[in-house]
Amino acid sequence: MAVRELSCSLAMAEALKEEMERDETIFILGEDLNTHGGIFGQFRGLPKLFPERIIDTPISETSIVGAGVGAALTGMRPIIDMHFADFVTTAMDEIVNQMAKIRYMFGGQASLPLVLWAPDGGGINAAAQHSQCLESWMVHVPGLKVVVPFEPADVKGLLIAAIRDPDPVIFFQHKRLFNWTGPVTEDQGIIPLGKGIVRRPGTDVTLITYSRMTYECMEAARELAKKGVQAEVIDLRTLSPLDFDLIVESIKKTRHAVVVHEACRTGGFGSELSARVSEELFDHLDGPVVRVAAKDVPMPFSPVMEKFVLPQITDIFAAVDTVLKR
Amino acid sequence: MNISNDEKIALLKKMILIRLFEEKTESLFYEKLIPGFVHLSIGQEASTVGSCASLRTDDYIISTHRGHAHILAKGAEPKYMFAECFGRTTGYCKGKGGSMHIADFSKGILGANGVVGGGFPIMVGAGLSIKLRKTDQVGMVFFGDGASNRGTFHEAVNMAAVFNLPIVYVCENNRWASTSPAEKMVAGGSIAGRARSYGIPGYSVDGSKVLDVMDAVTEAIERARSGKGPTIVETETYRYKGHFEGDRQKYRTQDEIHNYRITRDPIDRFETLLVDEGVLTKESAAAIWEETKVFIEEAAQFGLDSPFPEPEDALNDLFVNP
Repeated sequence: MAVRELSCSLAMAEALKEEMERDETIFILGEDLNTHGGIFGQFRGLPKLFPERIIDTPISETSIVGAGVGAALTGMRPIIDMHFADFVTTAMDEIVNQMAKIRYMFGGQASLPLVLWAPDGGGINAAAQHSQCLESWMVHVPGLKVVVPFEPADVKGLLIAAIRDPDPVIFFQHKRLFNWTGPVTEDQGIIPLGKGIVRRPGTDVTLITYSRMTYECMEAARELAKKGVQAEVIDLRTLSPLDFDLIVESIKKTRHAVVVHEACRTGGFGSELSARVSEELFDHLDGPVVRVAAKDVPMPFSPVMEKFVLPQITDIFAAVDTVLKR
Repeated sequence: MNISNDEKIALLKKMILIRLFEEKTESLFYEKLIPGFVHLSIGQEASTVGSCASLRTDDYIISTHRGHAHILAKGAEPKYMFAECFGRTTGYCKGKGGSMHIADFSKGILGANGVVGGGFPIMVGAGLSIKLRKTDQVGMVFFGDGASNRGTFHEAVNMAAVFNLPIVYVCENNRWASTSPAEKMVAGGSIAGRARSYGIPGYSVDGSKVLDVMDAVTEAIERARSGKGPTIVETETYRYKGHFEGDRQKYRTQDEIHNYRITRDPIDRFETLLVDEGVLTKESAAAIWEETKVFIEEAAQFGLDSPFPEPEDALNDLFVNP
């Protein structure tokens, strides 16, 4: 099979096209899908192919998400375009009290095969209301699966898995990765939810990360190697379910761990990872788990301030130094 | 409404079933056999039964925290409802939902929703699903005067109108949103009147007259089924009991409740009408009450005889694929 160099956007569009051709119950619901092919071009080409199944809605996020729930309950497989991940706040009842609870609360009578697709992340000077990473909110709600891909091949494989999954999946895709390219084979199939991947093997410290911070960690690992530090980079790919076995295996080898994410520090997913590693792997650690994360403020607009708030490669170096010195 | 005598008797039977189910639920609650919250709709039976009368089994409804009546009217079985209220394994939700969260997807009951106004957006999705699957099903959203003030109402009704979805919105205006009177909380005074701004029909109907409700809602159902889009029907009704069982109801007088019961009780009215019309005799009406009482007692007993779940069952049913 041919391997192409595809952007995350194109990998996504390809996954959607293939899945929509395969399964007529899949449809996409959201704002401004038809005219622009989505605000990031992620649906380009699809409206012509599936005119009835790419549905533009009024600006009514509460109803868009709730409609996804209702459609999933009645035989369809909706994909909800959240426009920006920040806007989940306008549909939190639909996500937290309805989507996540309906199957459980009704004793397993129903299944909710839906994907809520939410572009997240900062670094594009979009300021406080269009830059957040809110994955830890979703992970905290039992009943939701949470996907945070990095490479284009993963975007495709994980999106196919999310669409075919019988449960609700929140699919966070980083806005700065839409044009990030990578090899995608033509027959890229499912990448199962709940499976992380070692992006770079190492022996001295484990960098646990996901989404765009995988890029920063890979850069950091290359630099660290020049100084003789071999960092292992784990890209979690999905946070719920979590591939904790992969983390265990790595830390048993490296005995040091740094968690890196773009979401702000307090209550971020790094806190959960750090706690669980401490609880379950204490005897295998030679030092504390250190977190690298955004500072605890809303995203400021000015590029100078935004860069200061977002985690940088130098923060990863500092964290690795701290961990290894102990 | 031009319907047969048998159909009229069926309507009366359904209202009596709901009344007796709710009264039994109340007494079981005070016997401490039902834990948690219980919200009863005694007094609103005509509104609910009239609304569901022309629905098919494959049509959808979404109900509210005050949902027993809707669920019974759509065809759910009292014994599994009681079992759910007791938190037993034989309940509709295996004890995970309770009184506020009963669903029977096999009968199109997409669930009673504990969030006021939570059902509006979900039914938009069911409506879209009907449209995409090209069936002639209909969805019905039950809500109260209180829920009409949620933003979800506006978003959903607008979207249903824009997409011409087969949805009937039944507002059971029982005059009290928890402790707040509708006349102080609903701007414009009429919830049906809000339909105009969405360019869809809106009707207000006496919710104590089952045939009037059936008339109005059946028309709305037929509109929806024939592709003509959504309708709002507001039924003027009244709840005799508190917002929840145990509510001390300082917000209204006992006289107000008494007055409704004496002058506008939906079951009294309909039973009297049927006796006057010669559809029923007083004796045959009394027999319906007796038979239904026995049926409800048996249903409650089924629930009480059912086992509790194992504590660890709490960990099941979260995901299809964990």
